[in-house]
Amino acid sequence: MLEAQNLAARRGYAELFSGMGFRVKSGDALVVTGPNGTGKTTLLRMLAGLSAPAEGEIRWNGHPVRPFSAELRNVVAYAGHLPSLKDELTTEENLAALVELSGASASAAEIDRALDSVALSHRRALPARVLSAGQRRRIGLARLILSRRPLWILDEPVTALDAAGAALLARMVHDHLDRGGIAVAATHQSLGLEPARVQSLVLGETVPA
Amino acid sequence: MALNWFKLSSPASFYPVAGTLIPWFAGGAAVLTAIGLWLGFGVAPTDFQQGEVYRIIFIHVPSAWLSMFLYVVMAFWGALALGFGTRLSGMMTQAIAPTGALMTFIALWTGSLWGRPTWGTYWAWDARMTSELILLFLYLGIIALRQAIGEPRRADRACAVLSIVGVVNVPIIYYSVKWWNTLHQGASVKLTGASMETTMLAGMLVMSVAFWFYSIAIVLARLRAIILERERDAAWVGALPEVRNVAGVAR
Amino acid sequence: MSAEAQTSVAAATHAAGDAALAGVRWALARDLKLAFRSRAELGVQLLFYVIVVTLFPLATTPERNLLATMGPGVLWVAALLASLLSLPRLFATDHADGTLEQIALSPYPLEALVSGKIAAHWLTTGLPVVLLAPLLGQQYYMDGESLTVLAAGLLIGTPILSLLGAIGAALTLGLRGGGGLLALLILPLYVPVLIFGAGAVDATRAGLGATANLSLLGAGLALAVVGAPFAAAAAVRIALD
Repeated sequence: MLEAQNLAARRGYAELFSGMGFRVKSGDALVVTGPNGTGKTTLLRMLAGLSAPAEGEIRWNGHPVRPFSAELRNVVAYAGHLPSLKDELTTEENLAALVELSGASASAAEIDRALDSVALSHRRALPARVLSAGQRRRIGLARLILSRRPLWILDEPVTALDAAGAALLARMVHDHLDRGGIAVAATHQSLGLEPARVQSLVLGETVPA
Repeated sequence: MALNWFKLSSPASFYPVAGTLIPWFAGGAAVLTAIGLWLGFGVAPTDFQQGEVYRIIFIHVPSAWLSMFLYVVMAFWGALALGFGTRLSGMMTQAIAPTGALMTFIALWTGSLWGRPTWGTYWAWDARMTSELILLFLYLGIIALRQAIGEPRRADRACAVLSIVGVVNVPIIYYSVKWWNTLHQGASVKLTGASMETTMLAGMLVMSVAFWFYSIAIVLARLRAIILERERDAAWVGALPEVRNVAGVAR
Repeated sequence: MSAEAQTSVAAATHAAGDAALAGVRWALARDLKLAFRSRAELGVQLLFYVIVVTLFPLATTPERNLLATMGPGVLWVAALLASLLSLPRLFATDHADGTLEQIALSPYPLEALVSGKIAAHWLTTGLPVVLLAPLLGQQYYMDGESLTVLAAGLLIGTPILSLLGAIGAALTLGLRGGGGLLALLILPLYVPVLIFGAGAVDATRAGLGATANLSLLGAGLALAVVGAPFAAAAAVRIALD
C-alpha cells in the first residue's frame, strides 16, 4: 500500500502543490492528470524516491520512506520521460543491463520472451541508436515485465507508442494490478482499467488533504 | 537548552535574534579594532629586522586566521545542512562564503604588500601564501557553484558537500605545499623572530577578535538578507515593517 | 549478541558485500563496453595529452637541462588537464538519457555503482596516460630512473584524479559553464597530487629517493578510495533531487 500525506512541492521559489494526500491499495492504480507544469513529474519522482517533498510524508506498507531509501529502491520500477537507453548498446544488451541493474536476474530465454512480447525480437541485435521512439519505449515495457517490482511509477508511458503499443501497455498494467501490484501513472490517455480500481488525482486544482 | 536550539533553527525565529546580535558584535568589533590598532601602531615597538613595515601583520595575520576559521565554520554548517536538512544551516553557508573569501583576499593582499619591502617581491612561493591562494580558489569555487545552481536547496547541499571535501583537503594542501617548499628551499617567511614581543602578540590577538566580531556581524547581516530573499513568500516576511515600508510593496 | 543474531548480522553483511560487488561489476562492465564502442572519443582525449605535452618545449626552450627539470611538472599538469577534459563524460551522458536515475534507484548501493564508473573512467583515461608518459618523457630528456618514478607516481595519482574528479563532475551535473566550473572546483583539490607526483621525480633527480612522495601519494589514494565514492554518490543524489 502506498500512502502520501500532506505532500508539498516547490520548484525554486514557486509552490507547485501542497496539502496533497492519497492512499492506494494493492491492485489499484493512481492516475495523475493535469495541465503542463502543475507538478505531475515532480510528484512521480517523489513517489519513486528521487526527490524529497518540501513537506509531508510518503509511506510504503506503513513505513515512512525517504528519498533513495533502500526499501523503496527494492520496490519501485520507475519509467520516466526518457527511455534510459544507451545508444551504443543493442536492444538486447540494453534490456539485460536494465534488468540486472534492478537486481533481478533474467535468463537469455526470459529476455527473448520479453522482447517477443513487445514485438522487438527482430530488432534485438540493433544498437538503440537506430530504433524509433516507439521502439525505445517498448524496451522500457519489456524491462517492467522482467523487473518484477510491486510498485510501478510511469511518467507519460503512452508517449510515442502506437495503438498496438498502447494496448500492450494497458494489458500489462492490468495484469500487474491483478497480481497485486500498484501503478501510479501520469497520463492523458485512458489505460482501460475498471473504474473501481482507479483513483484519479488532478493537479492544478485544490486537492483535499 | 536543547529545546532553545531547535526553536532557533527556523529562519523565522532566528531573524530577529540575528537582528539584536548584530549591533553588539559590530560595536564590539569597532572598539576592539581601535584598541588593536592602537596597540599595533602606537604601543608595539619597532621591529629589529623589519622596521615599521612589519606592522602590517596586525591586519595580515588576523585575516589569515579568520580565512581558515571561517572555512571550517562554513563546512560545519554545511555538515548540519546535509545531516538535518535545516534551511537555516544552508543559509549560513551561503552567508559565510563571501566574508571568508574577503578575508582570504585581504590576507593575500596584505601579505603581498608586506613582501615587497621585505623580500623585494610582491609574491613568494612560500607555503602559507601559496596555500592561502588555493584557499581563495576554494572559496571562489563554492561561490561560483552556488551561483551556477539556481535552485536554493540543491545549491545548499552541493556547496555543503564541496565545503566538506575542501575542509578535509585544506590541511593536506597546506602540508603538501610546505613539503614542496622545504624541498625546494624557497623563501621562508618568518614572523618577526622566534618569540614575539608581548605587545605585538597582544595587538595581534585583539585584532583577531576584532576581525572575528566583524565577521560575525557581517555574516549575520548577510544572513538576514538571505532569509528575506529565500523566505519571501512566507507570511511573517510580508508582515515585517522593513518589508512593508518599501515603496511599491502591496499592503 | 545471541548466536542467531550474530549469524543474521553476518549474513546481512555478506549480502551487502555481495550487492556492493555486483554493483561495481555492473557499472564497470557497462562503462567499459560503452567506452570501447566510442573508441574514437578516447583516442581524441589521449591525443590532447600528447599535443599539450609537445607544446611546452615549443613555447619555452629545447635546452636539455631545462627540459629535464620541467618535464615531470609538464607531464603531470597535462595529465591533470586531460583528466578534467574527460570528467564531464562520467555522469553527463547517463544524466542526459535518463540512465542515471535508474542507477540511483537501483537496489545496489549507489556508492558501489559510482565506484565502478570511476574505475572504468580510470582504465580508459588514467591508465593510457600512465602508459604513454614514459614515451613522452623522452621528449624531455628524462632518464630511465626518472621515467620509472614518473610512471609510478602517475599510476598511483591518476586514480586519485578520477576519484576526486567524480565528486566535481557529480556536483556540476547539468550546470551551465560546466567544464570551466568543474576545473575551478577540482584543480585546487588536485594540488597535493601534483606536488607529490612531480615531487617524487624531482626528489629522484636530486638523489633523495622517491619513497616519501610516493608513500604520501599512496596514502592519498587510500583516503580517496574510501571517501570519494560516498561524496560522489551524495553529490549525484543532490543533483537528481
